[in-house]
Parts: sequence; C-alpha cells; structure tokens
Amino acid sequence: MERLNQKTKMTASIIACIALVVLLVLSYTNTGTTSMLRSVLQLGSIYALAAASMNLLNGFTGLFSLGHAGFMAIGAYTYAVLTIPVNKKANVYYLYGVADSLANVALPNWLGLIIGGIAAAIIAALIGAAVLRLKSDYFAIATLGLAEIVRICVASSPMARITNGSLGLKNIPGFTNIGFIPAYFVPFIVVAICLVIMFLLINCSYGRAFKAIREDEIAAEAMGINLARHKQMSFIISSFFAGIAGALLAMFLGAIQSTTFPLMLTYNILLIVVIGGMGSLSGSIISAFLVIAAKEWWLRFLDVEQYIGDWQVPLLRTGFRMVVFSVILMVVVLFWRQGIMGQKEFSWDGVYNFFRRLKTKFRGKNTKAAAEGGNANE
Amino acid sequence: MLKIENVHVYYGGIHALRGINMDVEDGAIISLIGANGAGKSTTLKSIMSLVNKTEGTITFNGKDITKMGTRDIVKEGIVLCPEGRRVFPDLTVAENLIMGSYLRKDKEGIKKDTEWVYELFPRMKEREWQLAGTLSGGEQQMLAVGRALMAKPKLLMLDEPSLGLAPLVIKDIFSIIKQIRESGVNVLLIEQNAKAALEISDFAYVMETGVVTMSGKGKDLLNDERVQKAYLGE
Repeated sequence: MERLNQKTKMTASIIACIALVVLLVLSYTNTGTTSMLRSVLQLGSIYALAAASMNLLNGFTGLFSLGHAGFMAIGAYTYAVLTIPVNKKANVYYLYGVADSLANVALPNWLGLIIGGIAAAIIAALIGAAVLRLKSDYFAIATLGLAEIVRICVASSPMARITNGSLGLKNIPGFTNIGFIPAYFVPFIVVAICLVIMFLLINCSYGRAFKAIREDEIAAEAMGINLARHKQMSFIISSFFAGIAGALLAMFLGAIQSTTFPLMLTYNILLIVVIGGMGSLSGSIISAFLVIAAKEWWLRFLDVEQYIGDWQVPLLRTGFRMVVFSVILMVVVLFWRQGIMGQKEFSWDGVYNFFRRLKTKFRGKNTKAAAEGGNANE
Repeated sequence: MLKIENVHVYYGGIHALRGINMDVEDGAIISLIGANGAGKSTTLKSIMSLVNKTEGTITFNGKDITKMGTRDIVKEGIVLCPEGRRVFPDLTVAENLIMGSYLRKDKEGIKKDTEWVYELFPRMKEREWQLAGTLSGGEQQMLAVGRALMAKPKLLMLDEPSLGLAPLVIKDIFSIIKQIRESGVNVLLIEQNAKAALEISDFAYVMETGVVTMSGKGKDLLNDERVQKAYLGE
C-alpha cells in the first residue's frame, strides 16, 4: 500500500470540501423547493447522522442495539413539544388540550434541537445502567423493547396532553435561515458538526478504547479500561446524536406521530450501517445517501405502470421498487460482505490505491488479451 | 513485593481458591505451575480484581490492593497478559501497543517504551501496520506480551504464554521473558510446561485444587521427586 504525502492529502481534502459546498449550493440554486434532489439530500444527511450514531454503538463499541428508533422518537417529540408556536397550540392539541405547564412554552428551534438530544441522552443514561449488563443478543432485545416502550408511551392516553396521543404533532417549526444562510443548508451544517465531533471522538483514545472493548472485553479490562463506564459513555453519546437526528427528522417532516418511529426505522438505519460497513463512519455516511436516493428517488420509475403501445410492461406497479431494492441489497451484501467500506475510514491513500488497483487490473486484462491475440496469430 | 494472604475465591458453589498464600519477591521470575483446574489463572484474576475474593488480603509494595478496581491496580503497576493471547484482532499492531499504554499520560515514556518493545520483538516493527488478527499465533503472543509491557508494569503476570505454540517459538518466548526480567520487570509466570518454566524461574509455587502444595527454588523443584512424578512424567 502506497502512502501519499501530507501536502497532497491536505490539498485533496480542501478541494473536496470546496467541491461539496459548490455542489450543495448548485443543488439549491438550480432546483425548485419541491425538487426530489433537495429532499433526498436533506433526508440523506439526517439518516447519515442517525446511521453514524448507531454505528458508534453497534460498529465501534460492539454493543448491538436495536433501540435507535426509540431514541430518535424521544429527540423528535422533545423538540416538537417544546417548539410548537404558542398560537398554534390550540390547533394542534384540539382534542385533548395542552398541558398547562406547556401552554406558553415555545423555545427557539436550535435550543429545542439540543434539548431533544439531551433528553435522549438522559433516558439512555437511566436505562443504560441496567441494560448494559446484558450481552449481545440479550442487549439487542432489551433495547428493542425500550424502543417499543417509548413508541407506545408517546401514543398513550396519559401522555395525551403532552404528546397529543396517537394524533401526533403537527405545525412543528422547520429549518429557518441562520443569518444569510438559507434554511435549506441548516440540516447539512448541523449534521456536519455532529459528524466532525464523532470523527474526533473515534480518533482519540476513547475511540480506541471502544474498539478494544468490541474486540476483546477481557483483554480491554486487563489493560485498565473501565468497561462499564466506557459502554455507558458510548451508549449515551450514541443516543444523544440519535436524539438530534430524530429532532432534525421532526423539523424536516413538520409533523410526527408515534408511527413515524416504528421498529422498521431501526432496521432501515441498521441496513444503512451494515451496507456502509460496521465500524466505518464514512461508510455509514456514503451508504445513507445511496440508500435514501435509491429508495426514494432513483427506483421510483418502477412504481409507475408503463405501456409500450398497448402492451403493459409486466410487474411495474406501486410497491415493485421495494422488491427491486431488496434484491439489490442482497446482491450488495453478497459481494461486499463487510459493507462498502468494511472497517476502514475514508482516506486519500485508500482512494489512490483503489484507482491504482483498478488500473493494474485493467492493464492486466489488456496485456492478457494481447498475449492471447498473439497466440492466436501464431 | 506482592504478598497474597489467605485468599479465597468461589465460582458459585465451587471453592476455586482455598486460602492461597504467596510472597513474590522483588527481582525475580516466579512461576506458578499446576494441573488444569488447580486455580492458577484464578489466582492471577483475583490479584487483578477480575474475580471477587471472599476472603484474604493482597498487598503490593506495602499497599493494600485487595479492594481496588482493575484500573487502579494497573495504575499501581501490575499488568496481566491474559491466557490465549487476546490481542485486538481488527486493530493494527501499533494500535494494539497504544492500547497497552491506555492509562499512561507521559507521551515521551510511551514513545520510548514503544521503541523498546520493537527492540524486543523486531518482528512487530516489521508488521506495525498489519491487523493483529492476521499475525501468526507466536507473533500474536509476542504482541500480547509487548502490549502488556506498554503499561510499564513493575510486575508482569503472564498466563500460559506457551499455549498452543510450536516448541521453537516457545523457546523464543522464554528467552524474551528472561530479557524482560533483566530489564528490571518482575515476572509472575503461569505454565503448563513445567520443565521450561522451572528452568528459568528463581522461585516457584506448585498448586493443586485451590491450594499451594509446594514451593521452593525453581531448580530444587525441578529435581523434586513429587514434582517430577506429577508434572514431568517420570
């Protein structure tokens, strides 16, 4: 494996960042507000954050949790309950009425977002002390149960004056302009900040400790790593970012119900994590955009009935895109057992070596073909 | 240096250690031999607080470490290199070594010790960027020992370093244990391979079903009739 020097890497990173920003700006200026590209990019970035936070727990610390939808629900509901404008509350809580203590509460959305994350983290801290004693499958089932409990709680009638029961919440304030930055860019900025924090975390000694726990708990403990404390920390941090992702989702959708956060949501995020590679944050980010774009956009044409003359193309009807999507997933998992990135993070060395391998492979084929051609001539 | 007095450990209803007494002196290789299930590994684990002791006291350099957590015991300078290598397979060799120095803050010292470990195990230097899981068994054992050394221990406890290794590799490992000893680190060694262990150790304990039945200088035990009968197959 060849390594590039530091200067080339820096230049490449700066160029890539500028290119990303330019592309984002282009996607803003050249499309209408209802464009598919815009919503796919925004939703993709929210899912990228959710997947990365799940990866922190499942991929890096090796704690297989299935409670992600629950923490996203906590974040989303906390955000929604705290930020719905006062004058719209009567309209939202038209059936049950709003709890007296909340009647005059409407926080600015950035504060609601942070509190949403903190609420998820607090619940994780309380639950974590108990469920983190469990191992592997049992931990997965306990967290799965937790997600269901959250979902049922928010839909239950005793909570109706806060969460509006099964009617859900609407009129949730969306993204707003920050100074001269248009609202469209807000989710990208928030997600980018969160991801940078996560990257810093996994590259410091805590990140290595998480990986050590994943690899071998006994050896990690013998090295002096406090297992309980690190597991707890990973669980809380992961839940915090899941809460933020949930709150962003609430901002994006504008209306949420308990059914917005079903078990399927956890599985969708798990799917993104597995496709991207367990233990690779950059993999999660790449696969989040790919999966969301494929599912919501690129495969849409499969849902529309098509006619060639009088002949109706078979199979093309509503829902068929999900069949094709599932088949693609199976193929991807068969060929990339470790996901797109495996456990590696994105690096310029990796990109450089990938293209070099591709080149030698291509050349190898050519020379082989030439050699065979030569043989045929003889 | 390390003093173990009347330590009892239970695994549920099983009385695994029935009152162990040991006295590890400074500047020595001490080995602990015995059959499977005699309680050798449990002794090390009870020193590290990886299992709960129901009775007894352990002192290290005059300090009572009986009730300390594993983390603090590592900070005191006792490091366990657990049985069966247990390197972190998906971390690189270099990362594995850094994990060994997890509790240390002195960057200079860590750098120096990394150099030292690479000097002891030149093969590790060659494989710095390789994933630990791709190393051979012997190399993994060397990495495990190197990783333990990175914690800068005063007492290094090795749990069966020869497990599952070829005789030639075992010879390497044992000569390195001697080297480690010469550099001023005390070694407490558990071995099935009684002959090899007794040959290099200054002092040795023989364990049977949770109690220490014999102790003495390594060479003396090597010539002891009972030891020969039980472990050396004479």
